[in-house]
Amino acid sequence: MFATKTAADALADAAPVQGRSLWADARIRFFRNQAAVTGLVILILVGAFAALGPLIAPWNNEDIDWSVLGNVDTGGRPSLATGHWFGTDALGRDLFARTVQGTQVSLMVGIVGALIAVVVGTLYGATAGYFGGRTDDIMMRIVDVLMSIPYMFVLILLLVVFGRSMLMLFIGIGLISWLDMARIARGQTLTLRRKEFVEAAVATGVRPFTIILRHIVPNLLGVVIVYATLLVPSMIIYESFISFLGLGVQEPLTSWGALINDGAAEMNNGTLWMLGFPLFFFVITLFAFFFVGDGLRDALDPKDR
Amino acid sequence: MLAYIFKRLLVAIPVLLILIVATFILMYSAPGSPFATERGVPPEVLANLERQYGLDQPFHVQIGRYVWNILTQFDFGPSFIYRDQDVNDLIAQGFPVTLTYGFWSFLVAVLVGGTLGIFAAVRQNTWLDYLAVGVSIGAQVLPNFVLAPILVLVFTLSLGWLPGGGWQGGQWQYIIMPVIALSTSFMASIARISRASMLEVLNSNFIRTARAKGLPMRRVVLRHALKPALLPVISYLGPAFVGMITGSVVIDVYFSTGGIGKFFVESALNRDYGVMMGITVLLGALTIFFNLVVDLLYAWIDPKIRY
Amino acid sequence: MKVDRLLLTTSVLAFGFGAMTWAAGTHPVTGDALAEDQTFQFRVTAQFPTIDPQLIEEVQGAHIARQLFEGLTTQAADGALLPGVATDWSSPDNMVWTFNLRPDAKWSNGDPVTAQDFVYSWQRAADPATASEYAWYVELSQIKNAASVIAGEIPPDQLGLRAIDDQTLEVTLSQPLPYFPQMTVHTTFMPSHKASVEAHGSEWTRPGNMVSNGAYVLEEMAVNEFLRMSPNPNYWDKDNVIISDVTGYVIDESTTALTRFQAGEFDMMDDLPPGSYPRLEEEMPDVAHSVPRLCSYYYTVNQSETGHEALQDPRVRTALSYAINRDVITDQVLKAGQAPAYSFTHWATAGFEMPKIEYATWSQEERMAKAMELMAEAGYGPENPIEIDFIYNTSEAHKQVATVISQMWRPLGVTLNMNNYEWQSYLDIRGNQKFHIARSGWCGDYNEASTFLDLLTSNNDNNDGKYISETVDKLMAQSVTMTDPQPNYTKVEQVLAEDMAILPIYHYTQNFVLDPSIKNWPMQNVENNWYLKDIYRVAQ
Repeated sequence: MFATKTAADALADAAPVQGRSLWADARIRFFRNQAAVTGLVILILVGAFAALGPLIAPWNNEDIDWSVLGNVDTGGRPSLATGHWFGTDALGRDLFARTVQGTQVSLMVGIVGALIAVVVGTLYGATAGYFGGRTDDIMMRIVDVLMSIPYMFVLILLLVVFGRSMLMLFIGIGLISWLDMARIARGQTLTLRRKEFVEAAVATGVRPFTIILRHIVPNLLGVVIVYATLLVPSMIIYESFISFLGLGVQEPLTSWGALINDGAAEMNNGTLWMLGFPLFFFVITLFAFFFVGDGLRDALDPKDR
Repeated sequence: MLAYIFKRLLVAIPVLLILIVATFILMYSAPGSPFATERGVPPEVLANLERQYGLDQPFHVQIGRYVWNILTQFDFGPSFIYRDQDVNDLIAQGFPVTLTYGFWSFLVAVLVGGTLGIFAAVRQNTWLDYLAVGVSIGAQVLPNFVLAPILVLVFTLSLGWLPGGGWQGGQWQYIIMPVIALSTSFMASIARISRASMLEVLNSNFIRTARAKGLPMRRVVLRHALKPALLPVISYLGPAFVGMITGSVVIDVYFSTGGIGKFFVESALNRDYGVMMGITVLLGALTIFFNLVVDLLYAWIDPKIRY
Repeated sequence: MKVDRLLLTTSVLAFGFGAMTWAAGTHPVTGDALAEDQTFQFRVTAQFPTIDPQLIEEVQGAHIARQLFEGLTTQAADGALLPGVATDWSSPDNMVWTFNLRPDAKWSNGDPVTAQDFVYSWQRAADPATASEYAWYVELSQIKNAASVIAGEIPPDQLGLRAIDDQTLEVTLSQPLPYFPQMTVHTTFMPSHKASVEAHGSEWTRPGNMVSNGAYVLEEMAVNEFLRMSPNPNYWDKDNVIISDVTGYVIDESTTALTRFQAGEFDMMDDLPPGSYPRLEEEMPDVAHSVPRLCSYYYTVNQSETGHEALQDPRVRTALSYAINRDVITDQVLKAGQAPAYSFTHWATAGFEMPKIEYATWSQEERMAKAMELMAEAGYGPENPIEIDFIYNTSEAHKQVATVISQMWRPLGVTLNMNNYEWQSYLDIRGNQKFHIARSGWCGDYNEASTFLDLLTSNNDNNDGKYISETVDKLMAQSVTMTDPQPNYTKVEQVLAEDMAILPIYHYTQNFVLDPSIKNWPMQNVENNWYLKDIYRVAQ
């Protein structure tokens, strides 16, 4: 019932495809997708905000505006006159500058986390699913163990042994992000492995890893990209949890997760802008990621449409 | 099939053993001690405490004793922090709570998320699709530690409809907010995954053939497209279930539900070695069990998959 | 079935209320009209590890234990010492104390509370087999042989305690301690019921197993959710207990806890969310309270070999202390009535005479100028900047204070590298001197200045900054035998200020919200000890 590819299709897929036409096609398809292009534009704008924000911000992210400290709910309101365009945080630090700086950290965290998940998780899952049998058993049981291990201890140990740094933050995030992806990729691969085009490739003597890279992974992309866009927000939030343990970014540096956390804590104190601005950037960026992800999925789908 | 299930359950034993050893090593190499307080405990008292909890024994004796007690008496030992509770008591009290609201959240996430995703795919690029995508993204991006206090603010303080927390044996009014807070992000993920995979299936040749034969859309979706489209969703259910159990920490903290979710964070922060081990073994067993169920579901959906 | 059970519970409850003599009456002393409903609900900030008096080592369990158990002495609303199980006490030399116990004191199962119960419990606290994290408190109280008993060198029955008869307890100390009766207020010295402990082991504190001698008994408890207490029918003073039903809800998260308080789900909560107090005070002045609390917030400076080189120089420490504008921290960051601190001992400590600390009287400009001068003298400053590693346990409030202080120190050429750790790692790092400056707080165990100052003697386990001063050691050693040790405490504070042994920042307040219908709450008790047997709800 699921066997729909004709043998000819399978053979065509198996034959080496010239990269030029594939990528060019994908690009054309992507740019025809309005939602995806809008998403891309938003991402570029948010990126520009992070990169250029420091140049135009009248305040920096760590200086306390002493005239505001203590009466933040009135003096710290967003205002053009004071130069606090987004208002200030609970300590009278400029929220615009802090949002800019938090954007830099969180974009990096989200993208790096998702990338590690995509690369490691997909390859791991595809390998396990493709080989099946004992290899699959062992690889997946390893994932089971890693999924159940108390991660806080791993993070605390990383912190104590290696000290804190941006690199450690990424390692902490990378360690956990790929596990779910591996299970999902493996599940999909189980089905793909039985498909004619894969069996044809096996029959023609293509080496297993070539099959995985050429035939399995491209067919996984749809699910992988959708799931990767789902991972971005959890990675960004996860960072604030890692920071709680001391491994993440440290004051005076900040991140969206930390800003949203702080803003939510002040929610009842009449200073909603502290939650509003970071949450706004978080939300539009995620929307953008979702649409770009969908666009990419459609564009890169190896099945002819 | 039965042989396969049996084999998988058998494999679970060494997997859990590896998990226990790895967790033991991690716990004991982390700084801090369950008995450290700001006051500083005098060395004699510390020695007494360590003797009482067997921490003065060599590492292999501790781990051997721990495993032995589990195997012979199913005894996971005492809590290192809650002096009048042992791990079995704590899990027996908390796990049913977590399981109850976890079950409802899971059900809501799968049913609502799945329906939303499938409708969105079938009516691609209509207002229904945009609404479904919008709702699911909206639910996805609101972190539950922001959502939970907002729920309490609205339903408890402003409207006065629901109690702001507690469990009281699991009466319905205590379950609603935890389920909303826990299920939204999973519901959104399921909606997006099922939409994407349904779109993919609807674009495949056999569905086009079915459509070309003039079968009504509803029949095509239910009879032919649904099952293959569920596969990625099912792949996601394993991690989602585990994620819900570990993610329930936010629920327990914000709604005082008294589930085991709180222990995931708290026992690690308190260095409550006993509870941490118990929770880890429980989570490991659940992970293994749920992944087995997911693997069996694969075989049901795609009969070509053999184990 | 379900309905029947419901009816049954209701009738039991109705009976319970009917038996209460005070319901719908007036208060015998104040004459206030009492409300029909004499229940009291409060928020418990975290699940307490235990309510076994000898094992309690944190605040939440202690609050519960004060309702369930009664020690030799208790406290009045202003913190003054009141008779508890003991009716009176005396000592000719502050060394041998004799407590006379009231003959009508009973356990909740009807057994009499005797001097032997106290002997048993105090021995239990010190006994290595009990492994109490608060065993040191017995040692602190100077009971004879305490240290050797805790170390396991001699059996617990060698502890300096003797039950002369059922109603007379004699305590022998190893050195005179004028404030020994004050120390018996503490939970560690409350009695536990020997027969129950022996019958149920560690599970004796569970509902159904527990036998207690306080105004209330434990009815129900769900871990991480709630606990419920009802009046003890055998309590000697039960006729004056007005609150008829007590429920504590365990709510970790303070923001939702406050929302639930505002929705009327309970009557009292402390540990308010950071930054919420000014708004609460403005909106509900009769609900929000700020009262002194016997704790000090300060920064520990590591003065051992692992510390920062520059910080070994008292001039640098002094400059750092001068540069902290404490008024900004108390009035603009914390905003909940805290007092700027220039001494370690809390200003409200009983009998404590605040020494004259000169820089406390200066303006911040003067302090800053002097700080710049001192830094320059020591060879540091903006031209020769220093970087200091600062540790704190993860908390919004600590982060805010540290952020502000780091900005205040910047003009001195000091960069503060802020490092947060979760509690256990933080304790480990601080206890092993792997820091330059550490955020610290200290709360008094009893209302006397030595509870603070002992910390900075050179052999104290908790002297994490490893500050060593012979003068302080000598003054503190002397103070123990003095009839009036206060002048010595004042001198110690002066030495601390000269050496700038620590950087005092502020003295705590207890901030809480309390339903205005609850009366007689002990606002003046700086140790935050409350006894629900004293409070009542008025009709509105």
